[in-house]
Amino acid sequence: MRRILDFFRRGRTAVIGVPFVWLLVFFLIPFLVVLKISLSEMGTVSVNDIVTFAEGSMQIKLRGASYVFLTEDSLYFRTYLSSIKYAAITTVFCLAIGYPFAYFMARAKATVQPALLMLVMLPFWTSFLLRVYAWKGLLDENGWVWQLLIGLHLDAGLASAGLISAPGKLMNTPFSLVIGMVYTYLPFMILPLYSNLAKMDLRLLEAASDLGATPWKAFWLITVPLSKAGIIAGSMLVLIPCVGEFVIPELLGGPQTLMIGRVLWDEFFSNNDWPMASTVAVVMILLIIVPLAVFNRYQAEAQEKAK
Amino acid sequence: MSAVATTAAPASNATYLQIQDVVKDFSGYKAVNDVSIDIAKGEIFALLGSSGCGKTTLLRMLAGFETPTSGRIVLNGHDLAGMPPYERPINMMFQSYALFPHLTVWDNIAFGLRRDGMDKDKVAERVEAMLKLVQLAKYAKRKPHQLSGGQQQRVALARSLAKRPQLLLLDEPLGALDKKLREETQIELVNIIEEVGVTCVMVTHDQEEAMTMASRIAVMSEGRILQVGAPNDIYETPATRFVADFIGNVNLMDGTLKSDEPDHVVIQCADCSHWVGHGITGTEGMTVSVAVRPEKIALQRDPPPTEHAPHNRVQGTIKDLAYFGSFTVYHLQLASGAMLKVSQSNVARHRDHELTWGDTAWASWSPTSQVVLTQ
Repeated sequence: MRRILDFFRRGRTAVIGVPFVWLLVFFLIPFLVVLKISLSEMGTVSVNDIVTFAEGSMQIKLRGASYVFLTEDSLYFRTYLSSIKYAAITTVFCLAIGYPFAYFMARAKATVQPALLMLVMLPFWTSFLLRVYAWKGLLDENGWVWQLLIGLHLDAGLASAGLISAPGKLMNTPFSLVIGMVYTYLPFMILPLYSNLAKMDLRLLEAASDLGATPWKAFWLITVPLSKAGIIAGSMLVLIPCVGEFVIPELLGGPQTLMIGRVLWDEFFSNNDWPMASTVAVVMILLIIVPLAVFNRYQAEAQEKAK
Repeated sequence: MSAVATTAAPASNATYLQIQDVVKDFSGYKAVNDVSIDIAKGEIFALLGSSGCGKTTLLRMLAGFETPTSGRIVLNGHDLAGMPPYERPINMMFQSYALFPHLTVWDNIAFGLRRDGMDKDKVAERVEAMLKLVQLAKYAKRKPHQLSGGQQQRVALARSLAKRPQLLLLDEPLGALDKKLREETQIELVNIIEEVGVTCVMVTHDQEEAMTMASRIAVMSEGRILQVGAPNDIYETPATRFVADFIGNVNLMDGTLKSDEPDHVVIQCADCSHWVGHGITGTEGMTVSVAVRPEKIALQRDPPPTEHAPHNRVQGTIKDLAYFGSFTVYHLQLASGAMLKVSQSNVARHRDHELTWGDTAWASWSPTSQVVLTQ
């Protein structure tokens, strides 16, 4: 009996262990390497080692210059800010479009739900790069989206709101960037929301209605609070990768929409300044992880209090 | 069948809730088929039936979650047609309660009051009163999942009573509780409802629950009402074979009417003959059923000297017995092979010559214990 228990305990360790080791080898260790590089000095061709042995003694050289420089040049700060801004805008749009979508999908007839779910996942069947390129064609002059928007004279409004640089030009603007990001990340918002909303006990809405809540009130007071976990999960799945997004701003963005991914690229491949590039990456990760950790902590405490 | 769907007079003369010729047709399937009931103010009325009999659909039409295909529902003089659930002066205690999991007990009870735009102090006052009524004042800050099943049930009751509804609906009110707790809660629930004085319609498949709680019961089957009456009327004077069989245990014997006198009738069945001490409306030779409840039959070793011998007694062999503590049920096999259930209460702790498996015994009953059923 004991041996069987031990076997299962070990089996459980193995099951948890595999993804754990995977994350350790392919995420934590590379992150530590990046962290190390950010604190190193750039040699002529490659990065100098932090730890060197010379004449029988060990020398450790840590260089914080990259971090200092990051605070001195306002470019970095502005770029972080604009990355977070575009990521946040994308998240808000994804939520605004995704929530009603997920809601009606979850309330659709059980027989059509798999088909709707399939439609949400359909874009994954084509390469992401191809789909972003396709937007280039749609938003460029003579693309049908361009023709539609210009035909409706919506470009003037967009231009006065500062979303496009000039009337008649949609590509390489904040407008095209946000369209591309919302389009790409929408499924990541819809899927967790759908799975959350589909689980909801509909009798709660009947109870709310019975107690005098109009359907709209019942939605705000019951459905929305109960889907909080789905809203948070979907928003995180959109916000986090959007902050570090490189390909979409590169293809659809423009001079107005400098994002941190672009700066990273430049530091690595144009300036060949690996320590600076690594510093930018480390700070970006901290910018995302620290608020998340604080939020998680707060959630856990709130749950603890509820008990 | 429909001729039997009589509407018994409500306890008091004034009809408070009137259900009139209500039909609910789900694309060709009549879940509720031409139901009419009058319910008086302050009554606790139970809709009793097995699952799929239409009782829940009828309750949902009262709450406003379903619209009757035809017929009228009138509450306190107002026709409820076209009124959405959130405008009806009716509140419901849901099966397994449907408490809002993200709200505290306090907020759950306050939910309905706030929807009415009642001001804060009034809401607080009312919620406190409700918490006191169901003895949960200590638990106001808890979330529903932190309460036991019995406590959740009381929160659900408090929530449905908070708005002082003109009509309270209970959907299987005790279905989610275990047996012991259910018995205690039945009485408590009735006490609270009577204290508040609200008119109440409940739905249950549990006849014991209906009998202990309700002042009147409607037995439903296949969308129709078979009989309406006080619990003892339904038990002692069932109108049809179905009702007799559905409520409690019964021995149903088919037979023919041998003699039909004003003061008595004789019915010949396969194993025995019945001398029934009252007249019935029928003709000699017609087929009828005789229903005798197991607890109204006596069991002994020797042939009993009954008043109307050889009627109202039969000999058989004990094939099976089930001991329930306070009583024992014997299954007596009769000459034709039919089984007769006899229930004997265990008055003494030990009895000499106790009847057991394989014994031959005589069953007998009085001429007032049978019910003659023609339907």
